[in-house]
Amino acid sequence: MDFIVDIIAKYSLVRILISFSLLIAIIMLNAIVMGYLERKICARIQRRWGPMEVGVQGWMQMFLDGVKLLAKQLIVPREANPFLFRMAPLLCFTPVAMAFAVIPFSESFYAMDLNIGLIYLLAMGSLNVFAILIAGWSSNNKYSLFGALRSVAQNVAYEIPILLSLLAVVLVTTSFNFKEIVAYQSGLLSFWMCQPVAFIIFLVAGCAETNRVPFDLPEAESELTAGYFTEYGGFSFGLFAIAEYGNLFIMSSVATTVFLGGWNGPFGLDFYSGPILGVFWFLLKVFILMLIMIWVRWTYPRVRFDQLMNLSWKYLIPFSLVNLLITAFIVKII
Amino acid sequence: MGTLTTRFSTIQDPDEKHKFLLNMGPQHPCTHGVLRIVLEMDGEYAMGIDPILGYGHRMHEKMAECRQWSGFYPNTGRIDYGGAIPYNHGYCALIERMAGIEVPERAEYIRVITVELNRIASHFLGVGAYVIDLGAFTPILYMFDDREDILDALEDITGSRLTYCHHRVGGVSKDIDDLFIKRTRAIIKNIRSRFDMYDRLVTGNIIFQKRTKDVGIIPVEMARRYGATGPVLRGSGLGFDIRKNEPYSVYPEFDFDIPTGENGDAFDRYMVRMLELEQSLRIIEQALDKLPDGPVMAKVKRVKLQPGDCSFSVEAARGMLTYYLVGDGSNVPYKLKIRVPSYSNLSLLEELCKGSLIADLVSAMGSLDLIIPEIDR
Amino acid sequence: MSHYFSEIFTGGKSLLVGLGVTFKALTSPVVTVQYPREKIDISPNMRGHIDLIKDSESKNGLHRCISCGLCARNCPCSCIVVKGEKQEGVKGKVLKIFTLEFSKCSLCGLCVESCPTSAIDFSDEYELAAFSREAFNFDLLKRVQQGDTK
Ligand code: SF4
Ligand code: SF4
Repeated sequence: MDFIVDIIAKYSLVRILISFSLLIAIIMLNAIVMGYLERKICARIQRRWGPMEVGVQGWMQMFLDGVKLLAKQLIVPREANPFLFRMAPLLCFTPVAMAFAVIPFSESFYAMDLNIGLIYLLAMGSLNVFAILIAGWSSNNKYSLFGALRSVAQNVAYEIPILLSLLAVVLVTTSFNFKEIVAYQSGLLSFWMCQPVAFIIFLVAGCAETNRVPFDLPEAESELTAGYFTEYGGFSFGLFAIAEYGNLFIMSSVATTVFLGGWNGPFGLDFYSGPILGVFWFLLKVFILMLIMIWVRWTYPRVRFDQLMNLSWKYLIPFSLVNLLITAFIVKII
Repeated sequence: MGTLTTRFSTIQDPDEKHKFLLNMGPQHPCTHGVLRIVLEMDGEYAMGIDPILGYGHRMHEKMAECRQWSGFYPNTGRIDYGGAIPYNHGYCALIERMAGIEVPERAEYIRVITVELNRIASHFLGVGAYVIDLGAFTPILYMFDDREDILDALEDITGSRLTYCHHRVGGVSKDIDDLFIKRTRAIIKNIRSRFDMYDRLVTGNIIFQKRTKDVGIIPVEMARRYGATGPVLRGSGLGFDIRKNEPYSVYPEFDFDIPTGENGDAFDRYMVRMLELEQSLRIIEQALDKLPDGPVMAKVKRVKLQPGDCSFSVEAARGMLTYYLVGDGSNVPYKLKIRVPSYSNLSLLEELCKGSLIADLVSAMGSLDLIIPEIDR
Repeated sequence: MSHYFSEIFTGGKSLLVGLGVTFKALTSPVVTVQYPREKIDISPNMRGHIDLIKDSESKNGLHRCISCGLCARNCPCSCIVVKGEKQEGVKGKVLKIFTLEFSKCSLCGLCVESCPTSAIDFSDEYELAAFSREAFNFDLLKRVQQGDTK
């Protein structure tokens, strides 16, 4: 045992390999669990059963769907740019995997502890838009291109409120490091209580950043058939779906770490926490947030493009700016 | 690359290089079946709209000319599959008017009840599909839950769930029983209790309102110019309804209102449909209360279609439906012309959506509640 | 300016109310059934394909059809074929062929209404799926002989 620990400590390459394979496993598992939950919850909201056939309550459905996607032929449209067309799903997936590296599941369970963890994570999160743009452009399909263009404008507009709302918290903690942000929230205080506006703005903008309904314009089914991944099938489509759920996880884990106290137990009860229980609390909070996003998705219609922009520029950004100012003021006084 | 044949050929125009053609349909999610629209796009704005029809053409009018008039019964249920019973009714009433047949009163009541039930089912379908166009998937399944009850009740007396063939010249093919009456009353109660839920889930939703208000405004003058009827015309503020303006069957005996909109936008059309649900429920309730006893089928001798022509209009779920028949003395129609509401309603689309965003186009088109095979026939 | 804030308020409220509606649905029972395993009772008046009614009290002890051919003539889709034959010692015709090409049938019910002896009625079969078109050429006479009808 010591021998293994020694090796891991000595050779960072081994550590990187292990953590990356773990991360990818987590991403895949997350997609499977979320895909299943989404289908099940959407079905129950619509008063249907959802998947029921394979396994108890159809729990194996997503595994089988994965196998089905893997078995499918990858079709590249004749007019498409084959190189970019094949690259795009990978480009979509890689930043997600990289971003997972800094997610702090608990005090001691993370792949990497960066001083600028928050910034790094947001940077990786927004790389996603390149993949969508490339996917949309290389498909050589007008609907895909529409989806790609919408996605770019949307991501640019919503990056700002996300950063501004997080900045309000960072002003208080004076650190971008996840550990320190969470450490600040031990005890009864967590930031959703003293920064409710920032929290709500972050959730709304996060929804838009991950292209979820009501902001799913890049894939708007009734308008653009499937938006940027219209032409994708088989596992390239699967990669897009996995990346989408991965992005959802990233957004929710940022919200959890920054606003909900990360791996700390609820109500400041310290004896609840610990390295293993910490992971449990963290995942619980993340999944509650993601379930809320699913719930929202199956309730609302989609907004129109100009309304989406209005929401960002007229509502979210001014509010987050005011919030930031007030926070700065209070921090200064205290 | 194949060329798109359309009236717009500006794609070759060197000065308008940024414009391009976008082919929407016939398998596009928002065109509800088989409508193909060629859009001339400038960015996300649709500058030219060219609906192309014919993908669902089944020669109904020609079929009418090739068989005895009674052989056209099953066809009437298949022209507008969303709301088939008014089509049954119109055809039977047409032949009755031509041959001068009196229909027993009970049969007329049953006709009205089935037609109104079908209208509700059709509005649920139309509104639910509209909300799907706007991106919300859940409301249609709640509406289908209600619609299912209606279909069950209709199945009980007509034998079918969608393409009914229930009305006959001289009456209806099957009488209704106490079970049906009890069931229908339960349905009325149930649907009434659900209106509030729809209001909270759909009508009041800010996103829904933003997507529909001031979108696809049809002024009355424009609606009349294109001959639009039904909820599309009433949404613009003109309360034209064949049931009131040109009463037929036993409609004059019932007390009901014609809901109208004010601005003629997509939201008003949606609201008109939702309010019509309540009016239809009222009609059914009154009809069930007043339902007389008696036979449901008149004695019909062999009907020969007199030389000459005849027409009959009814208010179908989507607007005015007119059958026009020319007879030549035999029992095969010489010519049968069907005026379907969706055709005029679709022809609005080009003027309505010129220069609008593609999302607004989808919203405006959905609010017209088109059934494309009805147009193609 | 007040419009700006009131819109945020009413809009946000309407969104929460919508969430409430779907949450209520989430906790209420499911309305669908798992079809091939559970089935809903269908209405006795449902129109399946037509069938000759088995009637042991009739003249030939099997069905009431007198091979008059009215149903075939009245069918708008011409999907019924009826053939009867004269036979020694029997009054009237004896039914030899009665087939239905169900893939053409529009379930209008005109045949059932036109039959003078009410010899045919709708069956209540709705699980009709097959791999070939020929599978829908039902031999109704054979069905009634074998006792497949209701
Ligand atoms: S139901 Fe109609 S179409 Fe079918 S066999 Fe009878 S008459 Fe012909
Ligand atoms: S109408 Fe009736 S009796 Fe005549 S052939 Fe048809 S089934 Fe037989």
